[in-house]
Amino acid sequence: MSGTYLGMPAFPTAAASATRDGQLRANLTHATHTIRDKRARAVAELPDWALLREAGAAIKDRTLRHLDGYLERLEAAVTAAGGQVHWAEDAEAANRIVTDLVLATGEREVVKVKSMATQEIGLNAALERAGVRAYETDLAELIVQLGDDLPSHILVPAIHRNRTEIRDIFRERMAEWGRAAPEGLSDRPADLAEAARLHLRQKFLDAKVAVSGANFMVAETGTMVVVESEGNGRMCLTLPETLISVVGIEKVVPSWRDLEVFLQLLPRSSTAERMNPYTSMWTGTTDDDGPRAFHLVLLDNGRTDTLADTVGRQALRCIRCSACLNVCPVYERAGGHAYGSAYPGPIGAILTPQLRGVGSELDASLPYASSLCGACYEVCPVAIDIPEVLVHLRERVVEGGEVTRNGRRVRIRPARGHAAERAAMRAARWTLDHPGVLRAGQRLAGRMRGLQPRRLPGPGRAWTASRDLPPLPAEPFREWWRRTRGEQREAGR
Amino acid sequence: MRVALFVTCVNDTLFPRTGQAVVTLLERLGVTVDFPEEQSCCGQAQFNTGYRRETEPLVRRFARAFHGYDHIVTPSGSCAAMVRDNYPRIGARASAEGRDRGLASVAASVVPRTYELTEFLVDVLGVTDVGAYYPHAVTYHPTCHGLRMLGLGERPRRLLSAVRGLDLVDLPGAEECCGFGGTFAMKNEAVSAAMGADKARHIEGTGAAAVCTVDNSCQMHIGGTLSRLGSSVRPVHLAEILASTEDEQW
Amino acid sequence: MSARDVVLGRVRRALADVPREETPEQVPVARSYLDSHAPADAVELLAENLADYRALVHRATAAELPGLIAGLLAAREARSVLVPVGLPESWLAAAGGVRRVPDEASATPHALDAVDSVVTGCAVAIAETGTLVLDAGPDQGRRRITLVPDHHICVVRVPEQVVESVPQGLRRLVPERPLTWISGPSATSDIELDRVEGVHGPRRLEVVLLAG
Repeated sequence: MSGTYLGMPAFPTAAASATRDGQLRANLTHATHTIRDKRARAVAELPDWALLREAGAAIKDRTLRHLDGYLERLEAAVTAAGGQVHWAEDAEAANRIVTDLVLATGEREVVKVKSMATQEIGLNAALERAGVRAYETDLAELIVQLGDDLPSHILVPAIHRNRTEIRDIFRERMAEWGRAAPEGLSDRPADLAEAARLHLRQKFLDAKVAVSGANFMVAETGTMVVVESEGNGRMCLTLPETLISVVGIEKVVPSWRDLEVFLQLLPRSSTAERMNPYTSMWTGTTDDDGPRAFHLVLLDNGRTDTLADTVGRQALRCIRCSACLNVCPVYERAGGHAYGSAYPGPIGAILTPQLRGVGSELDASLPYASSLCGACYEVCPVAIDIPEVLVHLRERVVEGGEVTRNGRRVRIRPARGHAAERAAMRAARWTLDHPGVLRAGQRLAGRMRGLQPRRLPGPGRAWTASRDLPPLPAEPFREWWRRTRGEQREAGR
Repeated sequence: MRVALFVTCVNDTLFPRTGQAVVTLLERLGVTVDFPEEQSCCGQAQFNTGYRRETEPLVRRFARAFHGYDHIVTPSGSCAAMVRDNYPRIGARASAEGRDRGLASVAASVVPRTYELTEFLVDVLGVTDVGAYYPHAVTYHPTCHGLRMLGLGERPRRLLSAVRGLDLVDLPGAEECCGFGGTFAMKNEAVSAAMGADKARHIEGTGAAAVCTVDNSCQMHIGGTLSRLGSSVRPVHLAEILASTEDEQW
Repeated sequence: MSARDVVLGRVRRALADVPREETPEQVPVARSYLDSHAPADAVELLAENLADYRALVHRATAAELPGLIAGLLAAREARSVLVPVGLPESWLAAAGGVRRVPDEASATPHALDAVDSVVTGCAVAIAETGTLVLDAGPDQGRRRITLVPDHHICVVRVPEQVVESVPQGLRRLVPERPLTWISGPSATSDIELDRVEGVHGPRRLEVVLLAG
């Protein structure tokens, strides 16, 4: 089992250490810039991108506003097609359901398709505790699992690793988990992919149980959709006898036709392809083709709490494309681990504090992990106004207030450590609401400007650690105006 | 046409020459501009840090100060965006929370009248050549709120391109944030500084003598970073370039 | 209370702001996006986009097809080929020396792994994205047979099986059938976010555009 996000420091601390890691910075800059430009080209191919984006957001909003009805319809359709639907209110419940289903098959190994939901709930660790070993089969997830590491990106969990590091992990660790890396493995991406193919093939051919997530679930038909590239998804979804899919309740879409929007938005936004290499769609079970047993575990785990927030609920539109990560200047420098959850980057900064609440120091620091530059909103294929939600969650952190936790309305207190800031903001507001006082302050500062220090004490220290202060002017604008224009304008009125 | 300058608290206190440049420029273009002294701050710092309710009195003050003007012009992309994007939100929330039902209409009253300087020049006055002279190599950094919230597009570059003597140099990675982000610069100092350093490196690489923006808060970050790194590139607000002539260099 | 009731109850309470009388259809979804971005010749665009993602594209008439398929199998030195039950017999008529392995429910994954190639038809092909969609029809077989062998030859009847766009493709498909959308050979972007072809699925995808 790989490490855990528990006990991680607040974002600024973790991010600061990442900025000092030259290798990490180089890897992230290279990877994010590679995909950034490709995405822009893939999107530019479609003249109606803005309209698709609008439709994508609207379909998700329609779904969310009527989520109960769509979930019931989905359940009925999946059941009618031979699947079995389970409901999990939180991570613990979902892990228990999956563990029991696996144990009931008599198997002690499962193969896994990359799934954000199972990362979120820590399924692999739960299975391990029950004596079941889970094999990650996505190349990047394999790199993370073999490296005893944590995912740092939604689409490419091992984005923080470059080819040489991946080669070293394969050489050193593959043998412990199954077939060893080929002798003399190079760091050519094609050779690394071949090594993964050989390593995992045996596991696919022997697997009896697979665990997946899903990108979309169609309420109307009960159809599940998994979008992938490597074919590990197809292996897991078609070869084993039992398939267990753990899917967040927000992944439902109303109708078959709605896929025409998302299958255009998702590939171009995530891997910058016109279409990803493989998409699997299945509805319940099919005689003599694919798994004989299909279990769908519908996961809440904070989603309904997020839904209860009328500003924050737009985060549930997310289709996990990771375009926001790839354009985010903060993500590029902080790396994914600093966000302390399965969901890094801008979307993580608004999703995690809603799914988990802002009770911990880390989660309360996430809404501030942004300069509000808006690049994330610009590329989001379902138009999540991430800056709007960030600011909204900052208010929750500093002011507290009424929120929904575990389905109950509760009033939370302001997070600790903001008292001085709150006092300063109130004082600043009072001053700004009294321009006479503001003017007096400016004049005083103007007279004292010879004493302006190069390095500030207190909260200002963070500014002068890396930037100089602008010199204070002798005369603020209002004084200049009064001196040069004031009287004649007054007279002219 | 009654035109008021919203100078912004940052310019008022730290960069008065930018406000002076706007007044000089507009007067040169035949516009009589007023400076209502009741104005103070748009409340952006408070709002973006999570103190939405602290901004409500500032919304009211803003509306009161600029009551009766046809156009409110500000040399700040982010302050213009604050008014246009966030004032309606602040009003709507105050109303929804049942605390201040009138604030929504107060906010709505200023939104359509508030212009960032380049919008006012290009869209309202219909000019791109303002008769400026600035004989230097200049690179332009489009600040995030001007770029993405206001959608200023090519307006600033069109204005710069028409300045005589000015050599406009492309900035690599121009659309990437400089790392300022208000309190972000302090709360996430390490990441902010790393972003600033990369921006400074790109600016240095252009060989330009000056880097120009439409937002002095970002400019303060870029300028402070350049200065700390010992760079000789000068930060300058677009208004100051446009105010410059053969007779008077800013 | 069951977990189902708990979750659905939470959803309903979370949506207290939604008027009770509102129906889903009252939440507007503007479908003003295009039904197709393709120029007139969809088949040419399909060929171009397939090739762009490293599928190998061939063209044949009905008379040329058996010889072409035999040649493709021979070029890969395939000794065995998986055959869906409904594959037209003529397609493999010229592949004399290649052992036919029928698509059977009893075949184990290990047995499939020992087969060199697979030949199928398809349900629909989407020009704009270079995508082949298989719906497990008689000439396509079970999903796994186009997955485990390393070489897949897919025959597309042009122009009748070709649509321009994703919306048009979805309209031709039956959701209840197991569907596999294939756009080029298996690939990954997991190493430095750059695309590399060939991981778990067939590393060679050959598409025959069958006219007439």
